[in-house]
Amino acid sequence: MITESIYRDKTVVEKIIRQIRRISLKRPVKIMHVCGTHENVINRFGLRDLLPEGVEVIAGPGCPVCVCTAQDIEFAFELAMKKKAVIATFGDMINVPSSVGSLNNAKTQGADVRVVYGPFDAVRIARENPKKQVVLFAVGFETTACGVASIVQQSNLPENFSILSSHRLIPPSMEFLLGVGDLRIDGFLIPGHVVTVMGLAQYKLFPEAYRMPTIAAGFEPVDVLLGVMAAIKQINQGIAKCENVYRRAVHDKGNIKAQMAIKEVFDVVPAYWRGIGKIPRSGLRLKERCKMQDARYRFDTAETWDLGLGAGICPSPASSPQSLPLNDINPGCSCHLIMIGKIKPLDCPLFGNTCVPEAPYGPCMVSMDGTCRVWYKYKRFKI
Amino acid sequence: MCLAIPSKVVEIKGAVATIDVHGVRRDINITLLPEEIGIGDYVLVHAGFALQKIDREAGDDAIKLINEVLEGD
Ligand code: SF4
Repeated sequence: MITESIYRDKTVVEKIIRQIRRISLKRPVKIMHVCGTHENVINRFGLRDLLPEGVEVIAGPGCPVCVCTAQDIEFAFELAMKKKAVIATFGDMINVPSSVGSLNNAKTQGADVRVVYGPFDAVRIARENPKKQVVLFAVGFETTACGVASIVQQSNLPENFSILSSHRLIPPSMEFLLGVGDLRIDGFLIPGHVVTVMGLAQYKLFPEAYRMPTIAAGFEPVDVLLGVMAAIKQINQGIAKCENVYRRAVHDKGNIKAQMAIKEVFDVVPAYWRGIGKIPRSGLRLKERCKMQDARYRFDTAETWDLGLGAGICPSPASSPQSLPLNDINPGCSCHLIMIGKIKPLDCPLFGNTCVPEAPYGPCMVSMDGTCRVWYKYKRFKI
Repeated sequence: MCLAIPSKVVEIKGAVATIDVHGVRRDINITLLPEEIGIGDYVLVHAGFALQKIDREAGDDAIKLINEVLEGD
């Protein structure tokens, strides 16, 4: 029997690195991952330093907290301040800046904002506070959305409970990036836990339509390196397919039950991504028949909106995919370029001076999935 | 927040299982799991939900694969 520790084993890591070094590259390769946890593992174990010259692994938009729009945060802020609703949200979300401040600022001004571990905790808070409106400000990708969907499926949700869904989907953002002109990517490393839920089939598009090697990888150093090695081999051989190097958790079909839960509860809609813009079919909005649980419906009368524009009260910007929502990124912050892998935190003059985790200037310095925060934590101040 | 941690199941009561991650115990919901689990199994957990049972045999396979690939090393 094996234990998870083998996937951190130094000798195995060294062996894989030697294997990677033996591959004679035909040209330099750039592999993008789209997951904050991958960025953490890469930095924590210094994997970039181990890779040979010519192999670059860059971070894409893998931070759900970072890509949640300022407008949605402002909406939650208003609900907390003006409607006196209890806002329950996950981890770092309470520290993300917006034009009115962060939810933590609302808290210091007397609002009831609570950090919860999972959606069930928010339901419990609603049960314990029957006289208050309790809103779960739900950010996250498919892995989080299935849990939220599962609680909406419950028949006995308390009446004072609703959800502000800011859920986003991974594959549409990857497809969007491939359309960004001068960003040359040779392959994708895709997050194992998202594929655990959604399966590999929806990623076939990348090898088939874009000739992108696409590898599902786990979250230990060995997992990441196996993923990188598989990608390099495909690139070198001039082939492109979906590969799974995280077999212990990823079944090709994913978790059908979790997929069904998402399908039953959410519609797939266009959504804004902070710093990136509007991406078609990339957000999850509660279905019409679940609208009693939808905070946007409960607290606002707007009938239609694109996900990410608060409650639909903001005017929709002329919507070319590149156009940015208002109040999106503070002047001088380069998160919009960090999130699409165009620049690195070190390229931002504010990194580590004006912008630090204790006083984040941009969203990428807030969450532990944010590239700037990760680089700061692991002291990647210079390469 | 995107972390999905493999965790050992130590108790099961209906829709709720207790997991142990490095000595810390926590209750999680197991209704989204597509297959039955038992005590001692490992599951991938995210935001209070078990998302998938970790397949030890596939894990063993992967290690075998690693060793084979690296044999000549
Ligand atoms: S270091 Fe701060 S200001 Fe610069 S890009 Fe990152 S989050 Fe934005």
